[in-house]
Amino acid sequence: MNPLLRRLRAELFATRADAALSLVLISLISLAAIGCLRWVLTQAQWAVVKVNSTLFAVGRYPVEQQWRLWLLTALLVAASGATWGLIRAHPRPDRTGVLWPRNDRLAVGLLSLIALALPWALDLNLAIAGRWWGLTVLLVFCRWLAGRYGARLSPAGQRLAALVWPVLYLVGMVLISGGLGLVTVSPSEWGGLMLTLLASSFAILLCFPIGVLLALGRRSDLPLLRWGSVLYIEFIRGAPLITLLFLGQNILGFLLPGGLAPERVWRAAWVLTFFAAAYLAEAVRSGLAAVPRGQLEAARSLGLSYPKALQHVVLPQALRVALPAIVGQFISLLQDTTLLSLIGLLELLGTARTVMANPAFLGRNGEVYLTLAVLFWGCCAALGLGSRALERRLDPHAVPSAT
Amino acid sequence: MSQPSSELMIEARAVEKWYPNGFQALRGASLTVRRGEVVVIMGPSGSGKSTFIRTFNALEDFQKGSITVDGIVLSNDLRNIDAVRREVGMVFQQFNLFPHLSVLDNLTLAPVLVRKRPKAEVEQQAWALLERVGIAEQAGKYPGQLSGGQQQRVAIARALCMEPRILLFDEPTSSLDPEMVREVLEVMQNLAAEDITMVVVTHEVKFARHVAHRVVLMADGEVVEEAEPELFFTNPSHQRTRRFLDQIL
Repeated sequence: MNPLLRRLRAELFATRADAALSLVLISLISLAAIGCLRWVLTQAQWAVVKVNSTLFAVGRYPVEQQWRLWLLTALLVAASGATWGLIRAHPRPDRTGVLWPRNDRLAVGLLSLIALALPWALDLNLAIAGRWWGLTVLLVFCRWLAGRYGARLSPAGQRLAALVWPVLYLVGMVLISGGLGLVTVSPSEWGGLMLTLLASSFAILLCFPIGVLLALGRRSDLPLLRWGSVLYIEFIRGAPLITLLFLGQNILGFLLPGGLAPERVWRAAWVLTFFAAAYLAEAVRSGLAAVPRGQLEAARSLGLSYPKALQHVVLPQALRVALPAIVGQFISLLQDTTLLSLIGLLELLGTARTVMANPAFLGRNGEVYLTLAVLFWGCCAALGLGSRALERRLDPHAVPSAT
Repeated sequence: MSQPSSELMIEARAVEKWYPNGFQALRGASLTVRRGEVVVIMGPSGSGKSTFIRTFNALEDFQKGSITVDGIVLSNDLRNIDAVRREVGMVFQQFNLFPHLSVLDNLTLAPVLVRKRPKAEVEQQAWALLERVGIAEQAGKYPGQLSGGQQQRVAIARALCMEPRILLFDEPTSSLDPEMVREVLEVMQNLAAEDITMVVVTHEVKFARHVAHRVVLMADGEVVEEAEPELFFTNPSHQRTRRFLDQIL
């Protein structure tokens, strides 16, 4: 018998009960898939997404300033490609630098396919489609370049290369909001996917150090620090995010030093940060608890100071253990940004609601929500994939690879 | 075997320690160790011997008495504690290697961070030390890939890489499989022949007999008996020591 058939038989039809269950499941899945496909291909009217694609991407960002966002995207794409290539060029001594499970040429192929097909599916005009294709080429080129010549980079150069990301973040802030000679674009004009990613990346970046400090504070010997951390964490975890968001709009202006949260967008971003930090602290705490006491003792007995022992011995191990929980936190943070629409911000969901309120697109809710779901899924899948690659890279017990 | 000098490396006087729950682990334990000396501490479990040597590098605090290590008085002053820990190396029962670092990085971490020595120079020294404990070929591996005996030898090399004047061993062979005990004891025996001062908590009678300058018996948080090995094992002066030896020999 054909090996494929034999395998199918062993896995799906081994016993009568198995066979019955398999048949029921197969028919259910097929029915659902056929129904979905029929709706997507024949009934759905995708004009609502095609016409509003810019709105979904960046909201009401002034058209004549949108070149700044394209520039930022290009910089991000170049940095991503270079990072990808560098990681490939500097595998850990005992394993390869592959990011994607098995083979990341597959990832490159998939990305290129999406980049090729998307402008076509969205009916974008040639100028914009051309930019997408250019970005894809840029990504693949930077990955190739860094992969080819990255191995020659000195250790000091590698440390400098890592600094590109924080610098890029600041550059991105300037490009988006203006200043330093660029026309100011007020946060009330930001929107769409850009606002979603901006708010969530701001919160992810800032909640991480705050969360780690809170987790350390909760395990501290100093009672004031310990009880302060416990109080903060338990208060935040006991309140619904939407309450905190409304609260933040009203009182954050008094709590933070003047100028840090002048705008509704910034206030919301800070609330997201403080909210996520409390949950992150608990994830980090579970990681800290998993590191045996002997690790700190060994580091201290070698003469490392407490901060150095934390930095080089305890935290690397604790964060590796906590990594899946931390990324899970980031993923729910990304999804929690939809609540910003309830305080009147036009992030993805807010934008979607304004589009659906337009009489021209009455009744096109299904198409809009499906698009939203796919966009969010894409962002979360990217986070999840990145976290799994990082986990494998950091795992000291991983089987050394032969290549 | 090198002969100890008269210079005092560790001087512990009437050390008492209570845990917060009221249990008293040390009840006036005293010990002096001279430079180059190898002292073995034996005793039944729960006698406070591990706690005692852990006070020598301030991994445990104490409430009464005084401890002077290499001329530094141990107090609550943090600078003193850091200074002492640079001079005192410790080898643990559970090895406590850093699992996220390669064997070589386990050795070089502290000298580079604490002594601020150039990495290349420390790496050379680390290679030499790994050679000496017989595992240079494992330098690129991670601790999880080594056997228990190999891990403990790496731990000894890691402590040596800080060039300590005193090495403390806290039951270094107790969690090893029997066939790996010898390789670790051999490394320790070779060390004993050098200038380094060693305080070893162990149940290995043969090691105590042949390598130690002095053997100490602890019971109930006190030092009960202190004698040269031959005398300790053949003609101890205390009843408590005889009872202990009857149980282990």
